[in-house]
Amino acid sequence: MNVYLDNNATTIVDPQVFAEMEPYFVQKYGNPNSLHSYASDTHPGLKTAMEKIYAGIHAPKEDSVVITSCATESNNWVLKSIYFQYILTGRKNHIMVSEVEHPSVIATAKFIESLGCRVTYLPINSEGIVEAETVRDNMTEKTALVSVMWANNETGAIFPVEEIGAICAEHNVLFHTDAVQAIGKIPVDVQQFNVDYLTFSAHKFHGPKGVGALYIKKGKELTPLLHGGSQMGGYRSGTLNVAGIVGMGKAMEAAVDALDYEMTEIREIRDAFEDELLKIEDTFVVTPREKRTPNTILISFRGIEGESMLWDLNRAGIAASTGSACASEELEANSVMEAIGAAEDLAHTAIRFSLSRYTTEEELEYTLKVVKAAVIRLRGISSSYAYAPEGHESGLDAHH
Amino acid sequence: MGMDSLIGGTIWDEYSQKVTDLMNNPQNMGEITEEQAKEMGATLIVADFGAESCGDAVRLYWAVDPKTDKILESKFKSFGCGTAIASSDTMAELCKGKTVDEAVKITNIDVEKAMRDTPDTPAVPPQKMHCSVMAYDVIKKAAAQYKGVDMESFEEEIIVCECARVSLSTLREVIRLNDLTTVEQITDYTKAGAFCKSCIRPGGHEEKDIYLVDLLEEYEKEKIATAADASASGENLDFAQMTVVQKLKTVDKVIDENIRQMLIMDGGDMEILDIKENGQHIDIYIRYLGACNGCASSSTGTLFAIENILKEKIDENIRVLPI
Repeated sequence: MNVYLDNNATTIVDPQVFAEMEPYFVQKYGNPNSLHSYASDTHPGLKTAMEKIYAGIHAPKEDSVVITSCATESNNWVLKSIYFQYILTGRKNHIMVSEVEHPSVIATAKFIESLGCRVTYLPINSEGIVEAETVRDNMTEKTALVSVMWANNETGAIFPVEEIGAICAEHNVLFHTDAVQAIGKIPVDVQQFNVDYLTFSAHKFHGPKGVGALYIKKGKELTPLLHGGSQMGGYRSGTLNVAGIVGMGKAMEAAVDALDYEMTEIREIRDAFEDELLKIEDTFVVTPREKRTPNTILISFRGIEGESMLWDLNRAGIAASTGSACASEELEANSVMEAIGAAEDLAHTAIRFSLSRYTTEEELEYTLKVVKAAVIRLRGISSSYAYAPEGHESGLDAHH
Repeated sequence: MGMDSLIGGTIWDEYSQKVTDLMNNPQNMGEITEEQAKEMGATLIVADFGAESCGDAVRLYWAVDPKTDKILESKFKSFGCGTAIASSDTMAELCKGKTVDEAVKITNIDVEKAMRDTPDTPAVPPQKMHCSVMAYDVIKKAAAQYKGVDMESFEEEIIVCECARVSLSTLREVIRLNDLTTVEQITDYTKAGAFCKSCIRPGGHEEKDIYLVDLLEEYEKEKIATAADASASGENLDFAQMTVVQKLKTVDKVIDENIRQMLIMDGGDMEILDIKENGQHIDIYIRYLGACNGCASSSTGTLFAIENILKEKIDENIRVLPI
C-alpha cells in the first residue's frame, strides 16, 4: 500500500483542477496580452479563476492578489521591496520575522540584514507559537515590517496573526503573513483583521506547482521585484501562467468547499491516529492539537533518528518527513525542535505526518502498523536502549 | 554548479547497495553481555561515542582475549541515520579477529571503502562521510579503555578535516606551497571540507578547535607581515597617504563589494569621477548612472548609505558628492 503523508511539502493535484487546466496547453495557448482571439480565448477562464482566488481569501476587489511563481517569490518580494522602499531610503531601519519562518523568509531577512537592515528574529514559546506580546516588545519607531507565518509548516502551530496584526496597526507598521500552510486547512479572511500582505501557493492545496500569489492591500503597494512588460498591472512582469492561474482558481474553490471536511473529518482521523501513535512508549508531540492546523502531527520517537524512521516508512510505501539533521544537506537539527528548546536528545527524532482531504482511515491504520514495527526494529538497533554491564558509565550523553 | 547540482537528488540515491543492505539488515547489531564474554574467556569492553543530541551515537561491544589482545567478537548498537548504522556495522565487522593495536589503525576511510559496491564509486554522498567518522572514534575509545590509556594517545597528529582525515600540518603546508586563498581551493587540493563541511567555519554540525577559514586567515596575516617587513612602502598604507590611483582603486573595490549590487538591482549604477583632499575632508565625486540618475533617494537615503559604507570601510573623513 502506498500512503502519502507529506502534504505540508506538496499535495496531489485535484483531478478536477488538472481537467480545468488542460485546454490551456494545446487549444487556448494564446498570450493573454496579445490582440487576437487566441488571447481573448484565455480571458474568461482567467477572470473566473481570479474571482475564485479573491473569494477564497475574501479579498475586496480594490485590493490586489498578484499571481507569482511560488510562495518563495512572494515572500522575497515583500521583504526585498520593503528594504528598497523603507530601509535603503533611510526612512526605517528594522524588521521582525519569527525564528521559525520558512527559509524563503529567513534567508531573505538574513540577506537584507547583510545590507544593513536590523532584523529581530522573534522567539517561539514551548508550544512552538510566537506570542503576540513579543512583537509589541520589539517595536521601535523605525520598524518597517513584521512578517509572521499564519501556521507553521513543521508543527502545524497556528500563530496569533489577528493579535499581531492589531499590534502592527497600532504602531503603524506593515504586517505580512505567510499563509501557505493555512489555506485549505483553516479559514483565511483578509478582511477579518489587519493584514497588509499575505502569501500563498497553489501546490499546497491540490493545485499545480509553479503558481503562488501575494495579496497586497490597497494603499500598501510594493515596488516590483520583476520589471518588464507590465503584466499583473505592472506589479509583476512576465507572461501570465494561464494554465497555472486557472488551476489555482479551481484549486482554491475546491479547497474552500472542502474546508469543513478538513476541519471536522480530517481533524478527527488525525486525532485518532495521533492518539494511537502516542500509545507507543516514549513518544512526544509538541504543540497542543487544538492549536494546530487539522492535518499536521510532529511527533518524536525517542531513540530513533528521523531519517532511519523515514527509511523504514519508505520501504513500506509511506511518505512522511523529518527535519532531522541527517536527512538534510546542511546536517542541521530540526529548527523548530531546537527553537522550542525540546529535550536535546529529541531534536533529531521528529517525524512529521501531514494529511490531506485525500487521506483515508484505512491508510492511517496501515501506517500505524508500519510505524509500530519500525519502532521495534529501530529501537532494537538503537544505542539509546542498548545493554550496558553493571557499573558502565554511559558516554552517550555528552556532546562530541 | 552545473546541471547535476541544479535539481538535486535524494541522498538515498547515492547510497551503495551495501549501505542499503546493511541498513535493512545489520549483521553485527547486538550486544555482548558480561556472561557471554566470560564464557569466551574474554574481557568485555563497552565503549560509547556521540550523543543523541548531536544526531548520532554508537555503543561498541568487544570481547577481547586478554592473552593475545585479539578481538574475538564485536557488536554494536547505534542511534543514527542509515549511514551511521551501516558504518557502525562495517566497523564492527572490520574489528573482528584483529588485535586491539591493529583495530586502532582502522580509519573512517577504510570503513567507507568497505561499503563500496565498486572500488571507484563512493558508498555514501559527501555530507554523509561524517557518519563514518563516529565509527572510527569509537574504536579508539574502546582501545583506550582496554589499554587503560587516554583516547588522544592514539592520535598522532591534529586532524582538521575528520571526514577526509587531513591533518593540520598537511593543510598548512599545502596552503603555503600553493598560495591558496579560498576554501574551495583547499578542497580541490586536499579534499578537506568536501564532506560534512564542519571544518570549514564555525556553525557546522561539529565544533572544532581550528577551522579552514582560520588557516586561511593565518596565512593571510603571515603574508601581510612578510610584505610589511620586506618594504615599508607596501600596500598597507593609510588611505590618506595613498596616491590618487591607489585611492581610486581602493574606493572602487569597496563600492564593488558593498554597494554596486544594490544599485544595479534597482536598475542603476554609479561611477567615481575624482577624489580630492579638501581641508580635513576627503571628497569623492561620483556620477549616478541609469535609474539612479534623478532618483529622489540618490541625494538622500542612497547617498547616505554610500557615504556611510565608505566611511566605515575606508576613512572617517570621506564625503561623497554626486555631480
